[in-house]
Order: sequence, then structure tokens, then C-alpha cells
Amino acid sequence: MVAELGQMALILALIAALYQGVFPLWAGLRGDRGMAQAARPAAFASLAFTAGAFAALTFVHAISDFSVLNVVENSHSAKPFIYKLSGVWGNHEGSILLWTLILTCFGGLIAMQAGKEDGLARTALAIQGLIGAGFLAFILLTSNPFARVFPAPPDGRDLNPLLQDPGLAIHPPFLYLGYVGFSAPFAFAIAGLIHGRVDAAWARAVRPFALAAWAFLTIGIALGAWWAYYELGWGGFWAWDPVENASFMPWLAGTALLHSLRALETRGVFPGWALFLAILTFSLSLIGTFLVRSGILTSVHAFAVDPARGIYILLILAIVIGGSLTLFAIRAPGLRSASRLAPVSRESAILLNNLFLVGGCAVVFIGTFYPLFAEIAAGTRISVGAPFFNLAFLPFMGLILLVIGPGSALAWKKGDATASLARLRIAGIVSLGFTLIALALYWQKAGAVIGGGLAAFAGLSTLTEFLRRIRPWRAGAVARITAAPARFWSMSLAHLGLALAAFGVLGAGAFPLESIRYVQPGAGLKVGAYEVLLKEVRPGKGPNYDTETAVFAISSGGRFLRDLRAERRFYPVRGMQTTEAGIWSRVSGDLYLTLGERHPEQGYVVRAHVYPLAGLMWAGAAIMGLGGLVGLGGIPGLRRQARRPAQAMKAAGMPASPAPAEQG
Amino acid sequence: MSAERHSRAMRGLAPGRIALALLALALYALPARAVEPDEVLADPQLEARARDLSRDLRCVVCQNQSIDDSDAPLARDLRILVRERLKSGDSDREVKEFLVARYGDYVLLRPRFGAATFLLWGAPLLVLAGGGLWVLGVIRGRKVGTASEARQTASLPPEDEARVRNLLESGKPDPETRPDRG
Repeated sequence: MVAELGQMALILALIAALYQGVFPLWAGLRGDRGMAQAARPAAFASLAFTAGAFAALTFVHAISDFSVLNVVENSHSAKPFIYKLSGVWGNHEGSILLWTLILTCFGGLIAMQAGKEDGLARTALAIQGLIGAGFLAFILLTSNPFARVFPAPPDGRDLNPLLQDPGLAIHPPFLYLGYVGFSAPFAFAIAGLIHGRVDAAWARAVRPFALAAWAFLTIGIALGAWWAYYELGWGGFWAWDPVENASFMPWLAGTALLHSLRALETRGVFPGWALFLAILTFSLSLIGTFLVRSGILTSVHAFAVDPARGIYILLILAIVIGGSLTLFAIRAPGLRSASRLAPVSRESAILLNNLFLVGGCAVVFIGTFYPLFAEIAAGTRISVGAPFFNLAFLPFMGLILLVIGPGSALAWKKGDATASLARLRIAGIVSLGFTLIALALYWQKAGAVIGGGLAAFAGLSTLTEFLRRIRPWRAGAVARITAAPARFWSMSLAHLGLALAAFGVLGAGAFPLESIRYVQPGAGLKVGAYEVLLKEVRPGKGPNYDTETAVFAISSGGRFLRDLRAERRFYPVRGMQTTEAGIWSRVSGDLYLTLGERHPEQGYVVRAHVYPLAGLMWAGAAIMGLGGLVGLGGIPGLRRQARRPAQAMKAAGMPASPAPAEQG
Repeated sequence: MSAERHSRAMRGLAPGRIALALLALALYALPARAVEPDEVLADPQLEARARDLSRDLRCVVCQNQSIDDSDAPLARDLRILVRERLKSGDSDREVKEFLVARYGDYVLLRPRFGAATFLLWGAPLLVLAGGGLWVLGVIRGRKVGTASEARQTASLPPEDEARVRNLLESGKPDPETRPDRG
């Protein structure tokens, strides 16, 4: 019954989305204002019906209704309740429904803007409606989550045990909030092209959506990497798998978009480029969705290898990307920058940043699709794996880290390169010294060391500029902190987070220590400065799995430090094993232990690793995400703008007129 | 079971929707418990070379996993093979050539530079050079243009003041600005 209600809600959501998409555009052509107004209620209706469908699917999962195929395939009566809920999106049908729900949520947000706004937001709303209709039709035609089975089996086949994990329960929603959030900038881009209006006001309308999407995507990617790190049992966090690349490419393009929006908003420059990035970012998000589901690049993440779905998504891709780029080619040449570009200025630095981000994105794209291309064009099967990406992509990351400091120290409009670089001299000298010393110690790992030096430069430069503005050692620092615009905080946090995350990636990726031994209970092994003693291995039982828990005693130099547990679980329904690594996170790095098979004579396989600075990856990513969300605070309407900024600045001991070198 | 799982993975686009969907889910990131203690070489330098090589070699029956990460039986065989070749005095290059002769270029996760891959390896430089020229072009050739943005602005946000100032400084009239729209 509830499943049928869900199905009906989906159909109604499709009708509402079609109305939302078609009528305003048609009305726009005929100049009928009343008709155009109807898009808003239609958007809310589409949101409500999609939410209803999602609630229905959640309900049948929660009560374990095994007459619904989706529940049978992805649930089990003994599964913990929290994973019954997360199981809703742990499969193709449910995840695409979540995708569409988030799309309609963003539609609702645009609709709220469209109330007070003019034609731009209303046209964007229509575009959003068309995308929603495309995906709702996709669900109804190829991926119905409410299909029934008769007779209903007594129990389900359980969710993949690897997905029964808190990190992976929340990874997809964040990732989709990011992916799908970029639909709003896309919709505004198309609307901007239709109206021929891409300017500072356009950038202001787009920025909150782009910022929110970026923050969620950052957190989503980090959650995925974190999950891989602790769950897969060998400390890997990024494998350059096609599907990981699929989430990383929109992140790179979206980061470029955020920066170019900032330049457009402040200086009115590069309107066409910002439009292009908005189109590119969402196109890459769609390609990501397509990659996961079509099976064209089968990877460990592939959800549903089904040609019918692949062809449908390919069709959506062709229409969305082909259509938008055609429109772009026709309309964009009419767009002009509103001001002159000085070679030495913040906006030029942003152009450079965009070059490196989009260039890196292009390299990832080429590497991801090259095997397909080589097979079709040359008939040869080749692999493009992690060693290629590390070699070809990471230099772009290095360049980005290099320009962060000097770029954000430059003033808008016309910067003073000498003065800006002079401000960063301490940061430069310290990071150069660090790099030289580290090079002398680890010359075999020169690439990673130089990367670390660049990350240090980016981080220290960000701190320098932050301290220069806040001047905590002088009176009135509190006033200066409250007077600093949200975008300044946002930028500082995001840049600092990136530098920290880069440190963590380089430390854990390039300097791991490892020891793999057979260990009998009572014996031990050494890794780095740690002595690891296997005290005992206990069998146990979880709600839907059997488990073996190893208890290790960790000491260093003969001094006992703590106990650490690592687990191995067996899920009988799927016949699968998972590892739960024992991780002790310290500032200097993680001690990482896993328990493997038992061999009758030699004992248990124990793998002990030390991943230096690994914790910085997660801390850095969290700070970046926070930076993105803090930036939302500076958007009028979300927060009342600081009252009388001139007075606040005066109180802070700053000149009352906005300095030409506006920070942030 | 593992062997079947891995060989099924090779075929990718087979029919049978539900079975395959389930299979794909089962394939979702297998926990990698790769190198076993009995494989590890006594000589730490040789072992380090073996590990570095293993990371560049694809487990040819797996999905995007190196033989260093995979617990498939074939990956284990290849790891042992790599170590045997190293012990018998092969250089890293010879080991790779031996495996390419057996499995083709597909086994290399870092493809060799050649006729089929020059676009791949050239990509970073091409992208940087092309993009760099474009950026230079933009910086050099930037004009004060005003096709579209003049149509907006009922009131002046602070950002636009910069534009007005800019127009005043340049001394040229804004050709498209219509007085009635301010």
C-alpha cells in the first residue's frame, strides 16, 4: 500500500516537474506573466511529491516490507535499524531517488528566490524543472524502487556489509548534495544565457548555491576517502578509481567556478568563463552519475550494470551538455567583461587559479576516459591507474598551492606585486627552509617533499594574511574579527584546510611504514617506534555478523601506551568479510592495525602500518567544508548584513572608506 | 569463490539485470588484504623494489586494483612471480617487460609512452600550454566592453561602483548605457 502511494507520488512529482519546466518557458515566449508565475507552486509540489515518495521508500525499508523488491535485495530483518534507513540509498534505485529529491530541494530553494526576483530566477526554476522531469522519468521508466515481488520471500538478502558503516551511511547524501547542488548554478547559467544577463547580480544569485554545493561535495568526498581508509583494511584513501575521479572532477571545476564567481561579483570580469564553468561543473556531475550507473567504465563502485539505464542517462547527458554548450556558443560571444583587467591583480591570479584547476580537471578527465578512447580508436587495451594520475595531476595541485598565497595577497583591480610578496617573505623563507632540510633527509621522495613545502607556503601565507588583517596583538582585535566579512573567513578557512589536507595526503601517501607478520597470541611485531603485542583474539557476535576481535597492547621503548582493538567480521547472509582496522590517531600520525586470516601453525596475519599526518587529511577537509558553509553567512538574506560597516571599521581602527584593496 | 568473482568482473556488460546489480554490489570495493607475510622477501631493499613494482602492475582480473592491493589469487601469483624475477637478478624494467609479454600493455597501470599514449602523456603539457596562451591572450587583449551588463542595475551595488569609477577614469562614455535605466 505504502509502496503504491510512493509510486503515485513519483508520477505526480513528474507531472509537477514537467509543468514547472515547460510552462514558464512557453509563457516566456508568449509574454504571459500569469502562466510564468505557476512555476513556483509547481516546484514546491514537485518537491513535496518527491519527498513523499522518498518517505514511502524509507518506510518500507524501516518496517522491512519484503514484498518490495528493493527491500528484499538490500535489507534483512536482522540488520541494525540505522542501516535499514541508510539502505534506502545503498542501491541504485534508492540512490537515484535521493539524487532527485535533492534536485527538487534545490528547485524549492530557487523557487523561494523566484518569488521576489525577476525573470532570471524564474527561468532558472524552469530549467531545474526540466532536469527534474528527466530524472523522475528515468526512475519511473528504468529504476522503479517500488516494484513488488510475489510471493514475498521470508527474508531479505541483506545490504552489502561494506555499506553497513556509519561513514558510508552519510557519504552518499553529502556527495549528492554536492553533485546536485551544482544543478542550480547550471540552471542560472542557462537562464543567464537566455536573458543575456550575466553580471555581478547574476553572480550574487548563483554564489550561495555554488558555495553550498562545493562545501557538501568537499565533505562528501572526504567521507568516502575516510571510509576507504578505515574500512578497506590497508589505509588506502584514494585509488584514482573512475568513480572517485567522477566526484573529483566536479569538485575541481566547482572550485574554479567559486573563484570566478568571486571575480565576476567584485569586478565584473570573465562573465562568459563563469557561465562555462557553471555548465561544465554540472555536466561533470551528470557524467559522474552516468559513470557509476552505466557500466561503461566498470569499477569497484559500479552500482547497476544495465545497458538500458546507461543509454537513458547517455541521452540525458547528450541533451543537457549538448544543448547547454550550443546555447553557450550562440549567446556567450555577446557577453563582455565590465572592467579592464590588469595583469597584476587579484582577478588575474584567479584566472591563473582557474587555469590550474581546470587544467588538472582536464588531465583527470583524459586519464579516466583514455582506456576507452584507446580501445575504440586504436584497438589496444591499456590501463591508466594511480601511478599515472599521481605523476600527471599532482603537479597541478602543486601549482595551485603555489599561487594561493601570492594570489590572495594581491588587491583587486590593480595589485602591487612587490608589496604583496614582501608581506609573505616570512612564510616564503620558512617554507623554503623546511623544504631544503626535508629534501636533504628524504631526497628519494623529492616530489612529496616539494609538495609539502608548497602546502606549507600556502598555509603560512593564509595565516600571515589572516593575522595581518585581524592583528590579534593590537587593541580592538575582537571588533576586527566581527567586522571581517564572512567571505574573508571563508577564504582563509578553505585555503588553510586545503594546505592541511595536502600535508596529510603527502604524509600518509608517501611516507607510510609497514610491517606484515604472522603473529601468535602472546607474540608481537614492531612498526616505526611502536611495539605491538597481540594479547588475545576473542570471538563474538554482532547483530547480523560473527566477529573476531584482536586486542593489541601498544608500547614504545618498553613503555606501555594503550590497548588497541582490530576486528574481522563475517556476514553470513552475503558470505562476506569486512575488516575494522584498529586506528590510533595522533597528531604525528596514525597507528593502523588489521587482523587477517589465521594459519594453524604460524598464527594470525597481522598488518601494522604507521601513516604519518593522516589525521590532517580529515581535519583539513572538515575545515574546508566549514569554510564553504561560513561563506554562506555573508550572503544577504541568509544573514542580515553587518549594520553600518563603516562604523564597525572605524571602531576597528580602519579607514572608513572601503579600501580599494578589499580583502576576502 | 574469489576467482569466479574476479572473472565475472571482467565481462562487465553482461545481461541479467538483478543478478548483475547484486554482483556489482558484491564487487563494491573488496577489502584488500593483499601481501601475505610468507611472500615478503628477506632482503628489505629487494622487497621495497617489489612493492614499488607491484603498485605499477594491474591485477588483470580485478577492477582497477594493483597486484599490491588485490587479494585475488592471480594477484598473489603475480606478486610471487615479481619477487622471483627480482631475486634472479632482473631489473625493474625486465620484470615489467616480462609481464607485458605475457599480459600485454593492459598490465601496466602507468602506461608506456608510445603511439597509442602520446596524447595521454602529452595532455598535462598541452593543457598548460594551451591554457597559458589563452590566459595571456585574455590579459593582453582585455577591452572595456559593455554589451550586456549595462542593461541591468536599477540600483548600484558596491561592486558596480568600481565599474562606474572605471568608466569615469577611462574617460570614454559607456556606449550602451541608457539614461532612463540609470
